[in-house]
Amino acid sequence: MNRWLPFEWITAVRFLREGRMQTAFIMGGIAVGVGVIVFMSAMLAGLEANFIKRVLTSQPQIQLLAPDQIARPLRHAAGEFEDATVQRPSQRVISIDQWPKIRNQMLAMPEVTAVSPTILGSALAVRGDANRAINLCGVEPDSYFKIVRVPDYIVAGEPRLTSEDVVVGTELAKNLGATVGDKLNIQAASGANRVLTISGLVDLGSKGVNQRTAFVALRTAQSLLGMIGGVTTIDMTVADIYAAEDIARRIEAANAVEADSWIRTNAQFFTAVQAQETSNSLIRIFVALSVAFGIAAVLIVSVIQRSKDIGILRAMGTSRGQILRVFLLQGGLLGFVGSVFGAAMGAAALIYWHSVARQVDGTELFPLMLERKLFIATALLATLTGLLAATAPAVRAAKLDPVVAIRG
Amino acid sequence: MADDILRLEKVCKAYNIGQSSATEVLHDVDLRLEHGEFLALMGPSGSGKSTLLNIVGLLDRPTSGRLSIKGHDTGALGDAEITHLRGHTIGFVFQYHLLISAFTARENVMMPMLVDRGFPDPEIEKRATNLLLQVGLERFADNLATNMSGGQQQRVAVARALAMNPDLVLADEPTGNLDSKSADSVFELMRQVNRDSGTSFLLVTHNLELARRCDRIIEVIDGRIQA
Repeated sequence: MNRWLPFEWITAVRFLREGRMQTAFIMGGIAVGVGVIVFMSAMLAGLEANFIKRVLTSQPQIQLLAPDQIARPLRHAAGEFEDATVQRPSQRVISIDQWPKIRNQMLAMPEVTAVSPTILGSALAVRGDANRAINLCGVEPDSYFKIVRVPDYIVAGEPRLTSEDVVVGTELAKNLGATVGDKLNIQAASGANRVLTISGLVDLGSKGVNQRTAFVALRTAQSLLGMIGGVTTIDMTVADIYAAEDIARRIEAANAVEADSWIRTNAQFFTAVQAQETSNSLIRIFVALSVAFGIAAVLIVSVIQRSKDIGILRAMGTSRGQILRVFLLQGGLLGFVGSVFGAAMGAAALIYWHSVARQVDGTELFPLMLERKLFIATALLATLTGLLAATAPAVRAAKLDPVVAIRG
Repeated sequence: MADDILRLEKVCKAYNIGQSSATEVLHDVDLRLEHGEFLALMGPSGSGKSTLLNIVGLLDRPTSGRLSIKGHDTGALGDAEITHLRGHTIGFVFQYHLLISAFTARENVMMPMLVDRGFPDPEIEKRATNLLLQVGLERFADNLATNMSGGQQQRVAVARALAMNPDLVLADEPTGNLDSKSADSVFELMRQVNRDSGTSFLLVTHNLELARRCDRIIEVIDGRIQA
């Protein structure tokens, strides 16, 4: 007997050890259940992290834009209009009114981690006989690269953006027959043009985006688009990515801007992530329930099988509380030990699946995320489930009349 | 009077009180057991012997009457106090030896002390080993209960009953399941303990020959003690 273990622990462990077959089967059941939870949770967390990383490092989490321009009807008196119909005005590319003030307000918000003014517009990239329509994106590299990790997506050259540089998408460079160090003539619709040097090629993960994207310095874009001192958008990141939509709504309510969060612009993907989480939670609940019923069933049988032992223990002075604890401990131990095996099984399955499952381009399908907190949470959940499941059998054991128990 | 370890006055036990199936099993039982006495309790099956033993062993409560153990009136005691008194004053030997199969012989003997103290300290282990030596089973100390003969198991049960150094040992047909040689050996063991340590014994038996070797014989018939 281990001298450091109290009576309840010794008895609980011995009872479990003696009913080896029963213990092995229920522990196997718990391990499979916990393994499924660990495998699914870690894989979904990996997939979600992968998706979020891709989405959130290639686009801002909140983007502030100038509000839509609207035509206001002339009125003579209440309810009396000058024109029968009001035509929707064309949306000129205009600067956000008083953007430096708004930027400073955003920087003062505790939830906001980075703010960068940008200017977006259309232009034409010309190289020799080839030309392509491009989305010109003028940025301040220092602040913008904290929001969109352009340096992470550079496949050639470097993310340098002086007033003479341009970073272009890989497909655009291919279409223009250009590479790092080559010159491009960027022409704006207004007729302004600049010759810029390609400093880097960027692959943002989408062919369409790579065909049109061109990053230039903010001042270069302002000059090309004829908007000196102006910006069309303010890009932002926030500390809690899932609070982005709430924050966007608050900003919109307090400022004369339109605020788009990544949740709104990626609504479909976000819904898919939430659906995955919901299904994962449901699976967790049902697995936990089946584990709980399994433990309860085994312990109820154990109480019946051990009624004479319980009677003897009661006769030799064991209190009802001690008997209660012996059976509660068995439930907790089954849950805990089962969860340890289950976590190992789940982790092994995940490592195997991670090595086998690949995307079309051969890269990993999801990052391997085996976080300690997942294992701790699973072990705690399984132990708690075991304790709860053991409550009914334990109470039954504690309430056994020793006379009846000994008689069997 | 002061020497009484056990005293029953007008003890009755009835089941299903208030129902049409109400049955009174014990009727106005008066019984005294002195310190160091070895008493045989006899009677036909269904006469109420086991019920009486359960009441004396504080496993069951009388419907009416008074039960005193070592001068303590048990009627006023709560469940926890009864459990404590039972654990410290009374040892049990059952007919079917009833060792806990998950434990070895030594561990079974250690059990009452472990229940009381909470942790298995070396003193407990030493006492269990000594008790097994006393019943002649020191060689089997590490055997699981299931790996011993009926006689050996019953000897272990006697050792376990003595673990807490009780004032009273209640033995419910301890030799009923044993061959005559083993039965005699187990009985002699209990008698020896009784003589050496002064522990009182209340022995339920059907064996008249063993009963005659006790200090006194009491007969229970239809729930009443016969003079």
